[in-house]
Amino acid sequence: MTRAFGIRAVFVRLGLLVWLLGQASAVFSASQIDTFEFASAVEERRFKALIQEFRCPKCLNTNLAGSDAPIAQDLRKVVYRLVVTEGMTDQEVRDYLQARYGDFVLYNPPFTSRTWYIWIVPLALGGLGLLVLLRLRRSVPKHTGGLGPSEQARLKRIVGDTQPDGVESKQR
Amino acid sequence: MSRASFYIPLGVFVLILSLGYVGFDLGARNDLPSALIDKPFPNFNARLLDDPEQTVTREQLLGRPTLVNVWATWCPTCLSEHEQLMLIAANTDVQLVGVNYKDRPEKALQWLAQFGNPYDLVLDDRDGLLGIEMGVYGAPETFLLDANGQVVYKRVGDINPRIWRAELAPRLKALGVAITDTAEQDSKDAS
Repeated sequence: MTRAFGIRAVFVRLGLLVWLLGQASAVFSASQIDTFEFASAVEERRFKALIQEFRCPKCLNTNLAGSDAPIAQDLRKVVYRLVVTEGMTDQEVRDYLQARYGDFVLYNPPFTSRTWYIWIVPLALGGLGLLVLLRLRRSVPKHTGGLGPSEQARLKRIVGDTQPDGVESKQR
Repeated sequence: MSRASFYIPLGVFVLILSLGYVGFDLGARNDLPSALIDKPFPNFNARLLDDPEQTVTREQLLGRPTLVNVWATWCPTCLSEHEQLMLIAANTDVQLVGVNYKDRPEKALQWLAQFGNPYDLVLDDRDGLLGIEMGVYGAPETFLLDANGQVVYKRVGDINPRIWRAELAPRLKALGVAITDTAEQDSKDAS
């Protein structure tokens, strides 16, 4: 009982840690964009969502919000201009950046002849895993269903006929 | 059955391993393909570095093949490719346009005076806006435009003798640019 409680406490603390780290990164990214001013909360929310969405071209695995690379700073300004000054929709901003920096800036790449495999491979691997799992599950009962007729005959031969009832009662 | 349950996971493991290997190998070359290849070079209206009164537009670059080289004085690789650009300027009749990217004009002018100016003209892109139109994410980057202003090739990184010989010179020739033998001879010596 106490052990179960201990494990739960560990998980609670881990959860708290993850939450705190999330808050810290939110504060961090907010500190990078606090020079931008917005007329409405909707614009600000859209801007923040967009810079979360795009990948920094220079730094491979960081989004625009999380990068301090000069190009990421510039692109944040561009996104701000497109959203606030030019009043573009989210999709127009996406198209604008994709036209200049390619599919690379989209963390969510379109399904095209060049990108089909990044969509298919995980699904195929998942399907394969499911198939293996199903086969394993189906084959498990064969091993736990007790002795087959030939095996029982062999057991009898080895143990002899001296205590057949004893063996039976033990199985029950 | 027991054979299958051994070889199927092993096969999947090897498959994942090789995918990872290929993936990381691809990741090692971190130049992303330009979204501009086979597309028209973007419209722009930029000031000349050495004469801010004068502006240049895309139309003024058209009519002959053009190399657009994005550079800055803060970029060490730009200095290392500078010698090759000087050779290209001296030994070919391609139009060489510099884009001085996120730089201070006075530093850029001093840099050109000190090391030599291979460019037919240099555009002042101190705020990097032209760079964003071009999909630039660092310096140096070099674009090859045909006479109609279509982007036919992009190089992220320096123009070195190997790149010149393997990638740039054949494409310039295909566009009808005259290259004197010394350009290739010199770059062979340099490599």
